[in-house]
Amino acid sequence: MKRLLALLGVLALIATACGDDDTATTAATSAAPATTAAPATTAAPADPLQAAADACTPGQVDGDLSFYNWTEYIDPELIDAFEGEYGVEVIETFYDSNESMLAQVDAGGAVYDLIVPSDYMVTIMAEEGLLIDLNDSAITNLGNLDPTFTGLPFDPDGAYSVPYQWGTTGIGFAYEALGEDFTPSWSVIFEPDPSYAGEISLLDDSRETLGAALKYLGYSLNTTSQAELDEAVELIRGVKDSIKLFDSTTFDDNLVEGETMVAHGWNGGFLGSYDGISTDDYDAYEDFGYFIPQEGGVAWVDTMAIPRTAEHVCTAHTFIDFLLDAENGAALTNWNFYASPNSASAEFIDPEIIEDESIYPSDETFANLEFIADTGDFEINYQDALTAIKN
Amino acid sequence: MTTRRAAARSLPGGRRPLVQRVLALNAWAVYAFFYLPIFILMFFSFNAGRFVTIWEGFSLDWYRVMFANEPLMKALRTSVVVAIVSTIVATVLGTAAALALERYRRWLGKRTFDALLYLPVIIPDVTMAVMLLIFFATVDLNRGLNTIILSHVAFNISFVSIVVRARIAQMDATLEEAAADLYASRWQAFRRVTLPLIMPGVLGGALLAFTLSLDDVVITQFVQGPGTSTLPVFVFGLIKRQVTPEINAVSTLMLVASMVLVFGSLLLQRRR
Repeated sequence: MKRLLALLGVLALIATACGDDDTATTAATSAAPATTAAPATTAAPADPLQAAADACTPGQVDGDLSFYNWTEYIDPELIDAFEGEYGVEVIETFYDSNESMLAQVDAGGAVYDLIVPSDYMVTIMAEEGLLIDLNDSAITNLGNLDPTFTGLPFDPDGAYSVPYQWGTTGIGFAYEALGEDFTPSWSVIFEPDPSYAGEISLLDDSRETLGAALKYLGYSLNTTSQAELDEAVELIRGVKDSIKLFDSTTFDDNLVEGETMVAHGWNGGFLGSYDGISTDDYDAYEDFGYFIPQEGGVAWVDTMAIPRTAEHVCTAHTFIDFLLDAENGAALTNWNFYASPNSASAEFIDPEIIEDESIYPSDETFANLEFIADTGDFEINYQDALTAIKN
Repeated sequence: MTTRRAAARSLPGGRRPLVQRVLALNAWAVYAFFYLPIFILMFFSFNAGRFVTIWEGFSLDWYRVMFANEPLMKALRTSVVVAIVSTIVATVLGTAAALALERYRRWLGKRTFDALLYLPVIIPDVTMAVMLLIFFATVDLNRGLNTIILSHVAFNISFVSIVVRARIAQMDATLEEAAADLYASRWQAFRRVTLPLIMPGVLGGALLAFTLSLDDVVITQFVQGPGTSTLPVFVFGLIKRQVTPEINAVSTLMLVASMVLVFGSLLLQRRR
């Protein structure tokens, strides 16, 4: 389904590019219809929207903010606080996949001042010329960012995006299957104990699924070596009988409902489900856990970026600055339990969140994590590899 | 319903043929398969705990949480506005289309129109969604409530006209001719004879349209504009984050509304 949406998104891209390349914010870009196709960095002089962004000053607002975000990804009180402080309104619109957001932004014809794309989507959108170059001088709290989260592979210069929150990909499990004393390794999946073989789920995602196998084999998950990729395919094929399903959407539900014992997935999903089933009398963390394998896993980042559809670029900058504030950044994490890339926020975040290694991995674990980077033309080989495994 | 009628027709003493019994059993199995998950979902919306599958006592807490969730309530209001407006427009246009196809025997492009009218019923939602998005972008229409309503009208016209056409086909055309013989003007004949006769079909179509509009997520997700996420779009995003009985409460609310409307629509169509 997700892939279908992505494909159609691409079709939409092509169709709009052929038809009318200036449907976004006619007021802002009408003077230069070609700017949508040109790289934002070099188009500055002929690009009113970029010029407006470059002229923004800290704390400046130029109208209400149209914020296009994932559902339930921000504390409503933070929105209220921003509205109160700056006397503007925040209009929220929601999406549930990067692809449907891309389709909306690419089509234009709707004003979105601020979006929250995931890492790989930043690369795609920047290459399409859909993002404007951020004006760092208007974002005074940029220094609050943990240096680890600057210069990330999907946006090396930090030109287009500022990290919003981040998380990891690892293994969620039932203690019933692994016991209390086990080695936190990908071998849990790739050399399963017969007692839970057949009760394992892997993500249905070409980069993540192959990435797990590549990490287990000791390779980079951004490899562009066909030989290494083939080895990963063989590894997963070898244990295919013990894989119950490839699942990216309900991997966490299946685990807590007992359909699976060991599941490959995103930390936020697992922790959300464990919290969801915990009650005053029942602590799900006694039965379920999450770990990042010692060989390393994936770190993912959602970011804030200003798309070409923006009209109120200064308000958008001010909002980014507002969320980078130490206390506001902490409020975000205290509300949705994802880790904050804001190092100044640490002292305001609930201790039980910051001490939870499945949210904030230790430094050694973190050192082994890799961000998924765009492999360009090699990307299709990952797709083919996953297809080959599943057939 | 089939089972009850079949039972009524069968002879006393239970000498029903085996085929009939097997079919009846099958019907019940199908009903159970469809409705059991729904009842379980509704049941757990009244759960006191946060667990979506383990019962911990009755409570209306999740409904309270739901009504206090401002973005969610805003999405609900958007949904209702979209559903009402798009239903009214689609019903008028759909009924007109049905009349044109059933009452007027030959006009230019009728066959093509007839075939194409059902396209929105057949093609996948996501195809229609992308088509509409590209269309709105091409004609430079700013997206928002207007584009959502236009899209819902676009797919609902087909559904309304299917239902209304079935009703018109059952109607005796000589009744209109009789009205004309009695010096009724065309408008009078329509207003006093045709419309009352096809009214159950029109209302049935309208209820179907209302339900479809209230449920649509795929198309709306693509054609929505700033600040106009509908309830299904909001809820669909919610599932990815965390499942609490709040989702059950929202789903129950939507289900009850949809079911009332669907059953209402069925009843109206059956009425003579």
